Order: sequence, then C-alpha cells, then structure tokens
Amino acid sequence: MKKMEIPLSENLGCGHLACAGCGAAISMRLALKALGEKTVLVIPASCWSIIPGSWPYSSFRVNVIHAGFVTGGATASGVRAALDIRGDHESVVAVWAGDGGTFDIGIQALSGAAERNEDFIYICNDNEGYMNTGTQRSSATPYLAWTTTTPVRQPKENPKKDIMAIMADHQIPYAATATIAYPEDFLRKMEKAKGIRGTRFIHLLSPCPPGWRIASELVVKLSRLAVRTRVFPLYEVENGRTYTLQEEPHVTPVKEYLKLQGRFSHLTEKDIEETQRRVDDTWERLLRRARC
Amino acid sequence: MKKVITGNQAVAYGVILSRVEVISAYPITPQTTIVEELSELIANGRLNTRFLKVESEHSAMAALIGASTGGVRVFTATSSHGLAYMHEMLHWASGARLPIVMVNVNRAIGPGWNIWNDQSDSVSQRDTGWVQLYCENNQEVLDTILQAYRIAESVRLPVMVVLDAFVLSHTSEPVQVPSIEEVDQFLPAFYPEYILDTKEPTAFSMITTPEHFFEFRYKIQKAMEQVPEISKKVDMEFKSLFGRGYGAIEKYGSEKAEVFLMTSGTVTSTSRMVIQKLLDQGLSVGGIKVKRFRPFPVEEICEALGEAKKVAVIDRNLSAGVGGIFAQELKASLYSRGRRPGVFGFISGLGGRDITPELIEEAVLYTWEHPQPEEEILWLGLKK
Repeated sequence: MKKMEIPLSENLGCGHLACAGCGAAISMRLALKALGEKTVLVIPASCWSIIPGSWPYSSFRVNVIHAGFVTGGATASGVRAALDIRGDHESVVAVWAGDGGTFDIGIQALSGAAERNEDFIYICNDNEGYMNTGTQRSSATPYLAWTTTTPVRQPKENPKKDIMAIMADHQIPYAATATIAYPEDFLRKMEKAKGIRGTRFIHLLSPCPPGWRIASELVVKLSRLAVRTRVFPLYEVENGRTYTLQEEPHVTPVKEYLKLQGRFSHLTEKDIEETQRRVDDTWERLLRRARC
Repeated sequence: MKKVITGNQAVAYGVILSRVEVISAYPITPQTTIVEELSELIANGRLNTRFLKVESEHSAMAALIGASTGGVRVFTATSSHGLAYMHEMLHWASGARLPIVMVNVNRAIGPGWNIWNDQSDSVSQRDTGWVQLYCENNQEVLDTILQAYRIAESVRLPVMVVLDAFVLSHTSEPVQVPSIEEVDQFLPAFYPEYILDTKEPTAFSMITTPEHFFEFRYKIQKAMEQVPEISKKVDMEFKSLFGRGYGAIEKYGSEKAEVFLMTSGTVTSTSRMVIQKLLDQGLSVGGIKVKRFRPFPVEEICEALGEAKKVAVIDRNLSAGVGGIFAQELKASLYSRGRRPGVFGFISGLGGRDITPELIEEAVLYTWEHPQPEEEILWLGLKK
C-alpha cells in the first residue's frame, strides 16, 4: 500500500467546537495545510463560524474574517482588492462557506464574483443542509432526504442543485469536487487551485454526523461511498470546458450509501430504486458534459 | 479651481481628492452619475483605485467591509432601495468599526416607484451606527466627503454623506475644487490601528458571547459620543485651510428669534430666503440648518434655540405612525431640558414634491400664529 503524503504543517490549532467526527473539521485541517500560512480566510455564516471558538480565542493560525451569510464572494473580492492595492499579491484569499451560503443565500454574491473572475479560492463545505441551525433542508439536500423541514412524511421532493455545473458555466479557471476520503486528491486539487489566478471553486462533500443521522466513525467511509456510488463523483473542470474525471473503479450500488444514514431510513425499496435511477442519470449527464 | 459641476460630480471629485483606494458600487438612480464619473476617472488613469462593479448594493457594502478590514480607504454610493438592501451590512460596518464613507442620494422608497427626493431612505437607517451628515449645496457635498474620512478614521465608525436627489445630484453649481496637494495636507494617508496582515494572523468579527458583546456595543456609543468634538475640530481645521466651515448646525436669521424653523438638506436654501422676507416684515424668526443628524446635535440645537418659544420642523420623510424623524429627534432632545419650546412637526415634499417658498412661509406663519399645533403631524402641501 502506498504511503500517504500529507504535509505535517498545521495551520489549525488544538481545540475546536466541532461535533465528534465532523467532516468539516477534518476538511479544514487538510485545506489549511495546502493553503499555507499566508492565507486570509473569509467565513460567511456556517458551522465554521462557530467551530474556531468565540472571542477572544480562535483555533486558526491564519487570518480570518467572519462575514455576513450572503457575502462570501463579495467580502473576499474586497479583501483581495485591499491586499492587491497594498502590494500583497502573494497571500491567498480563501472563502470557506457552507452549502446554504453557497447554493442558496450566497449564490448571488458568488456568481457576481465568479463573473468578475475575482482572484480567490472558494471552498463550499457541503453538508447538504442547514446543519448549524439544526438540520433544515437547503437546495443542496439530496432527493428524499429527511431534514427537520422535510419530515419523513414529506421528504425532499427535488433533486440537489448542481452547483458544479453552475460554477463551471461561469467559465472560471478551475472548479473541482473533493472529499476527505481521498485526502491526496483533495490536497492535489487545493495545490492546483492555489497555483491558478482567478476564481477557483472547490466543492467539498462533508458528511455531518448529527445532520445525516450517522455514527461519527462513519464520516470517512460515507465520504468514500459517496464517490464509489457516483452520488458525488470526483472531477475537475477547467475554464468551463476541460473535464477530468477521477473515476472510481469500485462502483457500488447507491443502496450501500443510503442504508448507513438515518436521514434515508424511511426509504422504501422503490424509493431506493428511484434514487439509483436518478444517480445513474446524473452520472450520464456529467459524462455528456465531460465529452463535449 | 472653480468648476461648475453637479452634486454627483462633486461627490466624484471628493472621492478622487480623498485618494480612495477601493470603490465598490451598484448603479441606482439618482446615484448613477457618481459611478459613471468615477468609472471614467479611473479609466483615464486619474486614480490608483480598484473599482469593484458588484452585482448588488448588499455586495457593494460587503466588499467594502472586506477591503476596509484590509486597511485601505474605501467608498461607495447608493440611494433608496439600494440603501435599504444594504441594511444588514450597515450594521456590520459599524459593528466591525470600519471607517467606510458612503454617499446616499436621498430618494423615496417604493412602491410606487419614485426616483425623486425624499429622506425616508437615510433616516430609516438611523439606528445602524453610522454618522450621518446632510448637505445643502454642491460645495458642501465635496467638502463634507473630505471631512467624512477624517471623522470616520478618527473614531473608527462609518459615515454617510447625504444629498438631495436631483436638486443637488443633477444640478450644476459653481464649486471650488481644491488641489490634491491642499487636500493631502488636510487628509493624510490612512494607517489603521488594526490591519489584516498575513504576517500577523488575526481573527476579525468572531462570534461574541453575552459575556463580551454588550461591551462592544458600549464602545460604539462611546465612539459616537466623540463625534461632536472631533467633527468640530476637523471642521475648524478645514476652515483654516479652505476658508469654509459648516458646523453640526448652522443658525441664521434673528439670533434671539421667538420662532425658529429647523430644516436639513436643500430645503434650507429656500428657507433662508423665506426667513429673510419675514424678518424684513418685522417677525422675530430664525432658521436652524441641521447638518449632522447622527449623532444628533442635541447641545448645539438647544443652545441655538435659546429663549425661543416655538420651533417649526420641516421633515421630508415620514415614519408612519409617528411623523417626521427630525421633529421626533428634536422632541427627544428637548425633553430633559428646563426650557421646552413647542415643536411643530411639518411633513412636506414626500416623493420629490417641491417644497416651495410659499409652503415654507405657511409653516413659519402657522407656527407664529398658533400657541400649539392643532395636530401632532402638520401636513404641508398635501392635496385634500
């Protein structure tokens, strides 16, 4: 087995307030290894508004600006402009937003910034719902999932919004999906993003133990299953045109992914079949886009 | 150099002369000619400035919050719905103690759609922790922008400079435009106390528990309380350099008038003429122009009123259910004073209807003739 190559440097201090097993905590630690010391993080309202602790303590060893919910793309544009005016072209500006702050309330500011091709890395930590406020549905919540606002008698009827397609179609230089089950792939994508100028978008799937109703030790396993079942394929899009798929050879039925999660425990066999059909369909859609 | 320019051009000159480093704005009538003029000036290489042409006013203010945290001098301009859309970020700017300067061109808020002059947009942002300065003419607009940066950067609070739609924004007047060298003497480069620097990691605007939040808000109030003294000092310095000063208020007409007329913005110019006419007729009347709305110049106004018996206030804004906001502020200011002149609250000119000399005279004469107002809200120029 190949030895993992993860940098030893840490830009996240000891102690934080994330839930046990939190995918976002592991993701942040890895992301900061790639981003390095000269980073300004912009964090619109999300789990990571809470996780680093409250004033006057913070677990970050890099600069961080906590920002209004809607404002990830806009605040980062302003920070970048200020650093550039001051002659600091070296420091990296990175937004860390949740799916609510990206897919829903923050999409306008993000789309505006991407259209202007603002020079920052935008990381969407997607835990598929408003987990910080106690698990309400967002437009990133998958089909038929339970949340507190999509109770099992009326689970989510609509598919998850395809944020990658939306971002890729802004023709930004780089967009990629990643997850902590593939840390080297994640770090490689972060490094690649860091080497490019303009708007770069990283879509991170981030399993949430309380929100997905899963055991905390299943976070990495579910991250891997999401990729293997093609629920969350790993791929990159450059300039909205060049697609690179990191195809997973061990394709697994979606059922294996769904059955480990409490938020899908109400699904009937028919529901699971329908989910499988939709996942296959979305995969085909991705392949079609990639072939164009 | 003397130029004949509109109020919005005066804004643009003020911004250039202040060596603003980041501008972020979204177009809205009647602010648009400001962003057009600034875009031209930047395109011509007149400014070393980044102009972020964002997709909304909310993002305009958010981007400035990012840039101002990054330690550079910033500017935006808006009006009406744009200002309302920014509301959340206005609180954020003052809460984060950022010296942002914004111009708001007063415009009514719909529906129905109305692009004309009305202060309801700016007065409804009075509780957001911004200093608010109202202007009477284009010269004052330019001068106030220069002063606004000095005030903002001294107390670390954002400042809103307010001018009337069309009456100033799109009307040309002769304006003395100072040279940038002169302005540099008055307004030095901005070196903030706390700066974003990746060599020294800092966390900004962190979650703040009930244990600490209260004290942060107390400090904002304390900073506001410094504004009268600091703005007085800034204004005096400005006057010694440029020969023009404004004060928090300006008193005109009879020094010891029995009846005063209180106005803000361009209504004051018309009022000056009316007050002079009534003085000539032998009435003991005077005028008070309110320039600084936040923090409200309680001391200055109470002193100016002296032994006056009554004050007529013309508000070009309406807080439905209460009346005019300047009148409300005046009433609140007078409550703790021993001497309380009667306050006559007039509402006029909503949605850009002209406030004519005849209407102003009507307001002053009504106040002169009545021992107290017959109604809590007196409607001036209302079609019945």
